[in-house]
Amino acid sequence: MTENGYSPNELLICVASRLMEDGTTAFIGTGIPMLAASLAQRQHAPDLMPIFEFGGMGARLERLPLAVGDMWTFHRGLIAAGICDAMEFAQLGFVDYGFLGGAQIDAYGNLNSTVIGEQKHPKVRLPGSGGANDVGSCCWNTIILMQHSKRRFLEKIDFLTTPGYLTGPGAREQAGLPANTGPYRVVTNLATLDFHPESKRMRLIGLNPGVTKDQVIEETGFELLVADSLAQNAPPSAEELRLLRDEIDKDRFYI
Amino acid sequence: MTQDDATQIGAMDALRVFDRGEYDLLQPVDIEGLRAHNRANKSKALVDKRMTEKEAVSRFFEDGQYLGIELYGTVRCPMSVVREVIRQIRDRNITNLRICGQGCFEQELLANTGAIKGSDWTYTGLEVYGISPSWRRAVESGAVERVCEWSNAAIAWRFKAAGMGVPFLPVQVMQGTDTLRCSSAMVIENPYGAGKVALVPALIVDLGLIHVSRADKYGNCQIDGISGFAREMSRASKRLIVSAEEIVDTDVIREHPDRTQIPYFLVDAVVEAPFGSHPGEMAGAYVRDEPHIKSYYQDAQDAEKAQTYMEKWIYAVPDHEQYLDLVGRDHLESLRLGRDV
Repeated sequence: MTENGYSPNELLICVASRLMEDGTTAFIGTGIPMLAASLAQRQHAPDLMPIFEFGGMGARLERLPLAVGDMWTFHRGLIAAGICDAMEFAQLGFVDYGFLGGAQIDAYGNLNSTVIGEQKHPKVRLPGSGGANDVGSCCWNTIILMQHSKRRFLEKIDFLTTPGYLTGPGAREQAGLPANTGPYRVVTNLATLDFHPESKRMRLIGLNPGVTKDQVIEETGFELLVADSLAQNAPPSAEELRLLRDEIDKDRFYI
Repeated sequence: MTQDDATQIGAMDALRVFDRGEYDLLQPVDIEGLRAHNRANKSKALVDKRMTEKEAVSRFFEDGQYLGIELYGTVRCPMSVVREVIRQIRDRNITNLRICGQGCFEQELLANTGAIKGSDWTYTGLEVYGISPSWRRAVESGAVERVCEWSNAAIAWRFKAAGMGVPFLPVQVMQGTDTLRCSSAMVIENPYGAGKVALVPALIVDLGLIHVSRADKYGNCQIDGISGFAREMSRASKRLIVSAEEIVDTDVIREHPDRTQIPYFLVDAVVEAPFGSHPGEMAGAYVRDEPHIKSYYQDAQDAEKAQTYMEKWIYAVPDHEQYLDLVGRDHLESLRLGRDV
């Protein structure tokens, strides 16, 4: 909790939630994306269509799912199908947004959620791709949620689990990935970032309340582009905080 | 390859391979073998296949097998059968298993046995609680000797390929990443148009375990809610043990044949297991036992405490009925969903 009366996670959830558009489809993973989607449905995006990888689609997110296959992922939903259906809709180009996280990220938005150290002799074995590689490969726009620190924003990540822009412009298509897909935004506890349209390198575009440009550069382990003018992200509103605390995450799994 | 085959391929346009995963298959792609196995071992007659967890696991579980377990270990997971597998791993001194790592609580418990030597890994973790502590120890120590990386869709499509009776499927995922490099997928030119396509090999499991909402005594299965990868894996399993919350009359199946996700001829054993997914959940029936899962997660940070859990909840309990007694019948009833959900 900051002196402003909200926690860094609460702010992250609110900033991510505001990026979710009504009438779009979004692949939602465990954790913060679930809270952000639930918040978006209760506010500006009642017809946000969440897609969960094990087959739940179009749920009303009245209860917080604790697993991507649990019954709240298709509660009052439109479809309860299977993993192949969900992933095949993504391959068919029906999924607008995908939400991702990871332990490490580089300047092109490539993500590591597999291993710290060598894959064959890991220092830390992480949970692995799960659906992340699929979401990062097939959704039109991916939005990456991360804690911002020099240990996570790296020039070179230990393992490329999920494709961002790989090595730069044209590299995704060259590798065989579907055209015109890729990372759209990175939302962190400090800032929002996009990717430069030509170089495909990460670029600072907005600052969270009380955060300076230098602070973001300091916490980024690669050369960060900075947009000409920086937006100021609004703090969580009283209503957003009330919804998060009293309705969405009453049991405090995340906030 | 015979001389004739080589000549024939040379004479035609060979498809270009652009990229190839560096890892060998953990399980061979033998579609002819699967067809022959199905012909020899899967009866098309309506045979009563009801048995207990102990009988089913004794008959169909063997050392050296590749296991597949559907869905995630807190959601419609065959936990009563997994606990019996774990007991028999100890009692029968089983030491060499491979597994498809699309799992959670059940894989965490299996990691505590030390018998898993290889994993086609996509996600192993405890979701809301984070990294799977015993799996992490097992992989970092080298006890799990071989780990191949895949995405969730890739593993599901690998089951789908096997379930279709074809050796691979072309897909759009994994390309350009270390996930592909540390797998046995490949990338070839698209033979029907421009660009490239990844190929994922069929995944045939020696023993599949699936928990369903209801089944008849022959093994016709209905699933309430999402089907995960039950349809695909049931078809990709050489042996398949199904556990069901309830066994129903075949008339119930015949009333709604559109609801049969797994037909009887795929199934080798039918186990009646009410609360069979505990401590996980079952859509439409009961919620997961959050304090139980949370308490395991906290204990399992310490390897010895993880074994204390195994002793109390698995090794010291002879069967599922007594497990339910140990959990407490009143407590289980409190997990049931009300009519409003």
